[in-house]
Order: sequence, then structure tokens, then C-alpha cells
Amino acid sequence: MAQPRTLFDKIWDSHVIAPAGEGTYLLYIDLHLCHEVTTPQAFEGLKLAGRKVRRPDATIAVADHNIPTSNRKAGIDEPESKLQVDTLERNVVEFGVPYIPIDSINQGIVHIIGPEMGLSQPGMTIVCGDSHTATHGALGALAFGIGTSEVEHVLATQTLIQAHAKNMLVEVNGSLGAGVSPKDVILAIIGKIGTAGGTGHVIEYGGSTFRSMSMEGRMTVCNMAIESGARAGLVAPDEITFEYVKGRAYAPKGGAWEQALAYWKTLPSDPGAHFDKKTSLDAGQIAPHITWGTNPEQTAPITARVPDPADIDDPLKRAAVERALQYMQLKPKTPLVEIPVQRVFIGSCTNSRIEDLRAAAAIARGRKVAEGVRAMVVPGSGLVKHQAEEEGLDRVFLEAGFEWREPGCSNCMSMNPDRAMKGERIASTSNRNFEGRQGPGAKTHLMGPAMAAAAAVTGRLADVRQLG
Amino acid sequence: MEKFTQLTGVAAPMPAINIDTDKIFPAIHLRTIKRTGLAKHLFEEIRFRADGSENPDFILNQGPYRQAKIIVAGDNFGCGSSREHAPWALTDFGISCVIAPSFADIFYNNCFKNGLLPIALPQDVVDQLMEDAKKGANAVLTVDLESQTITRPDGERVPFKVEAFRKHCLLNGLDDIGLTEQKGAEIAAYEEKARLARPWQFGMIRHEA
Repeated sequence: MAQPRTLFDKIWDSHVIAPAGEGTYLLYIDLHLCHEVTTPQAFEGLKLAGRKVRRPDATIAVADHNIPTSNRKAGIDEPESKLQVDTLERNVVEFGVPYIPIDSINQGIVHIIGPEMGLSQPGMTIVCGDSHTATHGALGALAFGIGTSEVEHVLATQTLIQAHAKNMLVEVNGSLGAGVSPKDVILAIIGKIGTAGGTGHVIEYGGSTFRSMSMEGRMTVCNMAIESGARAGLVAPDEITFEYVKGRAYAPKGGAWEQALAYWKTLPSDPGAHFDKKTSLDAGQIAPHITWGTNPEQTAPITARVPDPADIDDPLKRAAVERALQYMQLKPKTPLVEIPVQRVFIGSCTNSRIEDLRAAAAIARGRKVAEGVRAMVVPGSGLVKHQAEEEGLDRVFLEAGFEWREPGCSNCMSMNPDRAMKGERIASTSNRNFEGRQGPGAKTHLMGPAMAAAAAVTGRLADVRQLG
Repeated sequence: MEKFTQLTGVAAPMPAINIDTDKIFPAIHLRTIKRTGLAKHLFEEIRFRADGSENPDFILNQGPYRQAKIIVAGDNFGCGSSREHAPWALTDFGISCVIAPSFADIFYNNCFKNGLLPIALPQDVVDQLMEDAKKGANAVLTVDLESQTITRPDGERVPFKVEAFRKHCLLNGLDDIGLTEQKGAEIAAYEEKARLARPWQFGMIRHEA
């Protein structure tokens, strides 16, 4: 009998073209997503070498990072941003790469639109010059971020030279408590395994909590696999996955659908498959989480207090916490719920899908954004924005005093004008709380969308369970 | 790509753990279509003060470390974003080697595409090299890729590991797209097989009308 294999092993094995020497392999890539930030130098490289794009039918480009999220008709003001988007638009024409224009309803954050348009499918290898490519692993695809040299390599050859990663299983079982979201699950996981806990591994998220989680929730979880250092995150495809993919614009249809479905059903890890590393959490023990520091492992339940460096024995870890608290201007032992915020960002490839907006709107409904707080809702795509407006969520946000914006990456990394003011403290549904990421000196607290809405209406970090 | 064979230079100590790519190269400066001239933004937020002047506390602003060619760093160096601007800015500054207990995967891969050698060594060995790196003008290490050794200021040699294929590419400054293109027939044969096994994936994306 064949040796039992993991989901990752199966996708890997079916995409190896040839060994490339000592633990590295030439791997075939099924889908290549491109955006304006990490591709200009790759296209330039192709041009200089006289190379073409090998498979335009497996490549698609969209501009998301630099795009303004208001008054889009006025075009792009900031010259560096404009140059980058113009360069992408020139390159896609020159190389014949399919492109989603800025004024298309399909435009949005690349990791939102891949699954939404049915481009990202189970069993595929998917890459993009962007570390949050891990998001697409929610479909049961092997999806990972690459650098610009690798983008060029994929454009030219549709392949990558890769080392074989190890298998890691993160199991979460049980039901989530009221007010606890997929974001809290992934923050709790990263808090447990650390920012390097998954380095060199592909993580499969297994257990009953993920089996009953929606596709949107699974995407939130896989999106942040990279924040624990993992090469990719995966959830086994199941009926929830197939139901999600079916009927989407680029999903297989008719006989092709039946053929695809039969293949996808063979993908989940075999019983007894070997994982090099395993860890587990009890869903019932997970409270709403936030980050208090400057990397995504510095998380705590909202009911906790700011940690005290004096309690930490490891000198390097203690120094890191001291530095984080200094940057975040937080005093040890302060209750987290007493920390005021000046800004709220609901959006990003982590949490800007329709379910996220519904969860935030449920808290915003009938309440007002606290005085002195600027709160922004940035849908992940034109389609998400349209659906939210159909459901009246835009009115809920606007009546509560939130800004309702156009889709894009926005304040997650602030390459467009959506930047925090110097030193502002932000409740953010994005994925990274690194120093300066959301603006110079900006102090980021990561959390789920309902928690961020709760922070907006109370003017401080708040336990969403208290708002009911 | 630049070759990497042997390097002798000052090593700068950066003992912090989790030095992320936003810290190495801030997101706002990703708005470039070039891969050159990025050193001016390297470690910008900690290297410069708000008024644009140098922060004298930052290691690369101090005496011999201005000419550093090597960084000795804490665990999980290069975590975060996939931006290749991080290694581009490091090499543009003159850094050709980073030594740390561990690296984030994407950063590690990106280094090898740019003639930058990342060396992962056990914590206790990095601790010794960190002490060497604190010796200012005497913090000189020699990194030899062919023999896979680092020579410390006292002459002691420390061995390190690197995958054979990556070593071969670095030593010869090889363009790996060219190497892959030599396997064109194998790629084409794979595509024919895949087209039969997963036909719905071929011709999938059409141009937006």
C-alpha cells in the first residue's frame, strides 16, 4: 500500500517536474497573481533578456497597493504610486498578461479577488510576489509568497526552484465562543507557536473548528500563516470549499466541474499521514485577542493586561518586549481595555470580505464612532463593496460615523494616502503590527472586525462581548 | 547576478530578534520601479531621526560599522513581507552576508538571487560571532563560500552549511532562469501531462473585456 501522504505532499508530488539537486526541485506553478509593487523589476528583467511570459492564461494582474480609496475618478495623486500603476498597465499590454482595470467591479486586493473570481482552486500551486499569498491555502491550494526574482522566473518559465518544506499540523477542536472570530483563532495560534514557529514548514489547519468554519474565516486564518513564519497555510478542501467555488466566474463548469471535483476529493491528507511537527488548541479556551506589541506573536486575550518585561527570563525576549512597549508607549500591567485609540481600520486581505463587514456592521449598527476617533471601512474588492451596499451595510457604517471607501490595500501598509498621523494608535483588522507599517510611529493593535468596530464606538480597545 | 566567492569585512552586531522586512526597508519606499539606489532607505526608521539627521545610536552610523559588509543578527531575521527590496537595499549599502540563528524563508530565498549570502548557525556560535562583531575596527570576519568557513578575528574557523545548488549559483553568479530554460523539454512534457490530468486549468484566464 502506498505510504499515507498529507495534503501538502499530494499537491507537491503532482507539481514536481524534476529534481534540481540536493533537496530542491523544479516545481510547476498553476496560477500566478501579479500586482504593481513587486513586478516592475521582474518585467524589466524579462525585457532585458528578451524573454516572454510563458503562460498568460495562468497569469493575472491587478493594482491594489497604491490605489486611492476615495474619489477614484480623480486618478492617482502621488507620483510614485502613479508611476508604479502606469508601469504595470504598460507591462500587461506589452507582455499580453490579463489585467483587471482599476475601474472594473472585479478590481480589489489580489488575495480577495483570486478566490472570489474562482481563479484560486483546490490542488493548485499559486504564487504571487506578496507574502499574504498564503490566503489562497484556504481553498486547499499550495499558495505562497515569492520575491521579485522568483516572479520573473515564474513569468518566464511557469516554474520555481524550491526546497521541500516540512509538514506541520495545527489542530483546533471545539466550538468558538460567542464573539470569538477566526481572527482570534489565528492570533491565538501565532501567540502560541511564535513568529518563527512555522519556519520551514507548510501548516495544515485541521480539527473540527476549521471543518465548520466558513471559507471567509479559513482565508483569514491562512492569510496569517506567514506571520508564524510558515511557507504556506492549508485547509483541506471539503463540501464548504466546493460550494464556495461552484459557479464563480473562472470555476470549471459542466463536465469539467465533475472532473475537477473528483480530483479535489482525493486531496485531503490520508489517515496516518506524517507531520513533522504538531500542536493543538482548544477552541473553547480562545477569547477575543488583540496584539499589544510590534510583532504578531505579541498577542493577548482582551481581558489581559500589558505584560511586564520583568516577568520574562530570556534576555533576548525581554529586550524585545521592552523595545515593543517603548515603541507602543504602553506601561506594564495596564489593562488592555483601558488603552485609547485614535484610529480604526477595517480592511486588508485578512479581514475585508463580506462576512467581516457584516460582523463589524453588527457592532456599528445604532452606535456612533467615539469622539476623536477616525474609523475607516475599506472593502476588499468591488464585488464585496457592491454586495455590502446591497445589504445596506454602507448605510450602517456611514450613519455610525465610519468612512465607507473604495477597495484596496489601503492603511494596512499605507502605500496609498490612507496613512496614520504621526504616532496615532490604531485598532486594525490587518495582519502586521510592525513598527511604522501603518504610518511613521503608528501604533498598531491587530484584532478581528467586530473587535475593531467595538474599539471605534468606545474609543478604546474593548471586549466585543461586552457590547452584545 | 553578482558572484559571491570570498568576503573580508567589518561585521556589525544587530542582536535584536525578529528584525522584519518593514524595518529593513519601509513599505512607503516600495513605490519604485527600480532595484538600485535603495540603500538610502535601509533601516530608515531607526537609522535616521525625525529631522532626517543620523541617529548616532544606530550601529551602522558608528565609526567602522559605516563600512560594514556583514551583519550578525538575532533569530528570525527578515521575517514579514516578501519584498526583495530588503536584500536590494542591503547589498546597495554594501552588506553581502548576514549571519543569524535563523531566517524567514522568503527573505532567505531572495538573498541568494542577489549575491547576498545568508548563513544560519546555532545560537551559541552566533553569540560568539556577535562578541567578535562588537570589536569595532577589529570586528573583521572572512567568509569563504568555497570552503564554507567563517574566519574569526582570532583566526579560528567556523564551518557553515549551504545547499549545493545555491552555492553553485552564488559562486558562479548564475542566472537561474537560464538554468531552468535548459529544462525546457521537461517543462513542456510536464505541461502535456498536466493538460490531460487537469484540463480545466488550461486556457482558464481570458483577457477582461
